[in-house]
Amino acid sequence: MRNTTIPEEEYMLPGHVACLGCGAALAMRYALKALGKKTIVSVPACCWAVIPGVYPYRTLEVPLLYTAFEVTGAAISGIREALEVLGQDDVTVMGWAGDGGTADIGIQALSGAMEREHNVIYVMYDNEAYMNTGVQRSGATPFGAWTTTTPVGKLRIYKKERKKPVAEMMVAQGVPYVATANIAYPEDLIRKLRKAKEMKGPKFIHIYATCPTGWRVPPNKTIEIAKLAVQTRVFPLYEVENGVYKINVKPKERVPVRDYLRMQGRFRHLTEEEVELIQKMVDEEWEKLLLKEEMTNRVRKE
Amino acid sequence: MEFEFPTPLTTVPSTANKTGVWRTFRPVINYEKCIRCYICWKFCPEPAISFVPGDKYPAPSEAFLKRDAVEINYDYCKGCGICANECPKGAIDFVLERGDGQ
Ligand SMILES: Cc1ncc(C[n+]2csc(CCOP(=O)(O)OP(=O)(O)O)c2C)c(N)n1
Ligand code: SF4
Ligand code: SF4
Ligand SMILES: [Mg+2]
Repeated sequence: MRNTTIPEEEYMLPGHVACLGCGAALAMRYALKALGKKTIVSVPACCWAVIPGVYPYRTLEVPLLYTAFEVTGAAISGIREALEVLGQDDVTVMGWAGDGGTADIGIQALSGAMEREHNVIYVMYDNEAYMNTGVQRSGATPFGAWTTTTPVGKLRIYKKERKKPVAEMMVAQGVPYVATANIAYPEDLIRKLRKAKEMKGPKFIHIYATCPTGWRVPPNKTIEIAKLAVQTRVFPLYEVENGVYKINVKPKERVPVRDYLRMQGRFRHLTEEEVELIQKMVDEEWEKLLLKEEMTNRVRKE
Repeated sequence: MEFEFPTPLTTVPSTANKTGVWRTFRPVINYEKCIRCYICWKFCPEPAISFVPGDKYPAPSEAFLKRDAVEINYDYCKGCGICANECPKGAIDFVLERGDGQ
């Protein structure tokens, strides 16, 4: 006898070649538990293009179509429309791209796919840099982080720009279902992907996925760090349905951002003043999110 | 038109690739402490933890034997240590591999 809080079926096999403690591998394991066997996944250049291993190995029990770095949005649009022509409407189509492949090079294909209202799920799994090619900065790398292209050193060239808010861009575009999710909260992640599967039209999900290798953290801390990202409000969990916000986790106490930053080698160089500055940014974003929730719920009622 | 759900061209399951050889540290479940909450199973990124009949291993008390036990598959466990870090009972030891399977 047993009772589990997430589905037992596995559609991702062991033997894949993700790094120890890979958050992106966990994210895929959960996503496919939610979507099930009748799913077609498309993946561009990113860690997930490598994780399944080389030909003839496969690690997913569903079809996986590789595509070029910048075209995930176009690829899933095409797969969906081909299925429509064949009269297949019970197959889920999911694009699965990294933060670089989404926030940077793939943003136009994503924006187009969402605007054309194809019935697809687009997931941006976010390890906050170009990890597959050796930890280069992306638009989704957070302020303050070390990467190999923001190398700190004597000149302190850490990333000085703020993280690109891709989920907010999708909300602004009017995407009917936008959500953030996190590997430390698999029940919430699976619920959101199931909801996305049930809804017709374009869906966008942003999944926080710890990368021990690129973040310079021990692999056993993958879940602990991901949980702290939510508790410190660095990465709030929320969903936006037809423009109306719902924050899924409102941490009761304000855990200092310092606790999150000081666990990670990529933030090791930050001074106390810089940590305070990041705390201010996080507080400000959280306040804005609370107001968005209040405002959009009020507009709906009126 | 008859539609056939596409089957992968990549025919060999990755289970042919025994990633257990990557391991530097080995997680070892201390069954006397394990309350069979399945948190380790939930957070394993391989996944390399599965369920086995409850009476296969000892338990903190008789009552726990009714619940299925967890078992680590060392063919695939890479030794990331997430399970040991997340276990609420501290029931998983994390020991240096000595290459002798112990
Ligand atoms: C057009 C093009 N430019 C560059 C590359 C090289 N490249 C492959 S993966 C990658 C980084 C991907 O980063 P991200 O999308 O964040 O995924 P991650 O590897 O971090 O999972 C790059 C730059 C490529 N394959 N195609
Ligand atoms: S997390 Fe710990 S107590 Fe729970 S099933 Fe795993 S070993 Fe047992
Ligand atoms: S050490 Fe990592 S790979 Fe091995 S069983 Fe634990 S969570 Fe899974
Ligand atoms: Mg990335």
